[in-house]
Amino acid sequence: MTAPAPTAPVPAAARPPLAARLRWTAADGLTLVGRELSRLRREPGELITALVFPAVMVVLFGYVFGSAIAVPGGGNYREYLMPGLFVMVSFTSVMAVTMRVAADASRGVMDRFRAMPMARSAVPFGQAGADVLNGVLTLAIMAVTGLVVGWRAHRGPWPTAEAFLLLALLRHGLSWAGCYLGLVVRNEQTADQFVPLVFPVTMLSNSFVPTGGMPAWLRALADWNPVSAATAACRQLFGNPGAPTAHAGLAWPLAHPVTATLLWSIALIAVFAPLAVRTFQRRGR
Amino acid sequence: MPDEPIVSAEALHKRYGGTKALDGLDLAVAPGTVCGLLGPNGAGKTTAVRILSTLADADSGRARVAGHDVAAEPDRVRAAIGLAGQYAAVDEKLTGRGNLRMFGRLYHLPRRQARRRADELLERFGLMEAADRPVHGYSGGMRRRLDLITSLILRPRVLFLDEPTTGLDPRSRGEIWDAVRGLVADGTTVLLTTQYLDEADRLADDVVVVDHGRVIAEGTPDQLKASIGDRLDVALADPAEAGAAARVLAGLAGAHPDLDGARLTVPLTRGAVRLADVVRELDRAGVTAEDVGLRRPTLDEVFLRLTGRGPAPADQPTADDPGAENPTGRQKETVR
Repeated sequence: MTAPAPTAPVPAAARPPLAARLRWTAADGLTLVGRELSRLRREPGELITALVFPAVMVVLFGYVFGSAIAVPGGGNYREYLMPGLFVMVSFTSVMAVTMRVAADASRGVMDRFRAMPMARSAVPFGQAGADVLNGVLTLAIMAVTGLVVGWRAHRGPWPTAEAFLLLALLRHGLSWAGCYLGLVVRNEQTADQFVPLVFPVTMLSNSFVPTGGMPAWLRALADWNPVSAATAACRQLFGNPGAPTAHAGLAWPLAHPVTATLLWSIALIAVFAPLAVRTFQRRGR
Repeated sequence: MPDEPIVSAEALHKRYGGTKALDGLDLAVAPGTVCGLLGPNGAGKTTAVRILSTLADADSGRARVAGHDVAAEPDRVRAAIGLAGQYAAVDEKLTGRGNLRMFGRLYHLPRRQARRRADELLERFGLMEAADRPVHGYSGGMRRRLDLITSLILRPRVLFLDEPTTGLDPRSRGEIWDAVRGLVADGTTVLLTTQYLDEADRLADDVVVVDHGRVIAEGTPDQLKASIGDRLDVALADPAEAGAAARVLAGLAGAHPDLDGARLTVPLTRGAVRLADVVRELDRAGVTAEDVGLRRPTLDEVFLRLTGRGPAPADQPTADDPGAENPTGRQKETVR
């Protein structure tokens, strides 16, 4: 602004106290989570597709690949596979957040939110928060399918809970990344084109086959892929076959998979949450 | 202006890359009126609305809405405005009622009040029957009406409508117009951008014509029409007599008439020529006139004169085809 306002200076009360702002952020975020719930209720077909897809993957990968792949160190391939699928689905389903956010942006819903006297950060928080719901549902259905095909968690309730919490945290970090991407592309068609990119990223890892047989350069990529760390962490916590055993030359994320997954998740949130909030709040276009 | 303007802008500038979207836009809208912001595509109308509704920052200049500076107190402004855009900015998957309730909650109405307000609005704007159907099954007009009433949840003092009827059929446009008139009757101030000149003509108390990011003319629709003078229309029985007729009209009006087939049009200064004289002079020159009429110019003509361009893209029937009978404000004063 060039000209200073000659009239009434901004009263201090124009900016509500922090506590009130936090309360509204939470309330508005919850309203948006409620919006996701009513959408799911309205479109049960979409919910069913979203839930059937992971189950189909379990059966498909478990029996098609499982029929030919020998698990390193022996064991049931479906037990080897499940941790990888948990992680893979966390990655692929994130595109749904991107699509939802991009749809809101392209149809003017985001502008409506921006022109309303609501908490500024509520929208990205609500979107990312609502996605936790989807994540939990997906993990639950995967776990049930896994149990049906013979997967088990062998190490007792606490490590099992730890594994699922770790998956939820990772999913939350990915939701923020997805939310940010949606805010940036602002267009469903563009967002759609990212979907095929996610799949190879999840395949280039230890989720389906051990990385030991890959060429050295590809193996390095796969070992440092967060998908691999998260998969290894789950194998360790569930007590499933294929959990990395310490040996010289083992990539750091695989030697410390739980720590590595935690760090990846925190990094995702630390980077993408502020970016998403800032992108949403930015005025000027 | 008798009242302090409820929407005002002073020397707004806004640049996108190398393009000047706004180049010193000034604006003042009196409370309780409808102001129509008219301009060709890319004139800066939408940019102006985005700045006034706190969606964008101006590079320089000042704007106040409902007593608050848009840059310094955006939340105060947001609490006083409604915005309905070119899209139906609602959740396609929710029902009409679901959308209104959700937005009501986001406006921080208590749950029960959000419900009551949703029902009130659905009832008043004729959407009650469709209230429990998901929005993706709505017609274009119903969506736009839902979009409009979503912006009314808080009973805004100022309503910004960015091309609210673009792409709608005539009946749906009429419904939106009725809704807007009802709001204004309740005291809401409306700032409307439109490419449809008949929309501005019918709804707006004041029209502001914008081009290249600046105001190039403003006034009531009547003042704008008067500013370019009246038009004398003459329809000939025989196009072969056009040359003779043109000479007669040029002599009377002091300007060269436009010729379109058997129809001649010439601008007139008001009261300079009497129709009876026109008829007599044409008769004397041996020209048979089928129809001689003195009329106000349409806003389309005003617009064309001011901007040198047609107001609308090709999908709009009213503007680009000069031969088409224009439905807007064609008030013919035929020979008495």
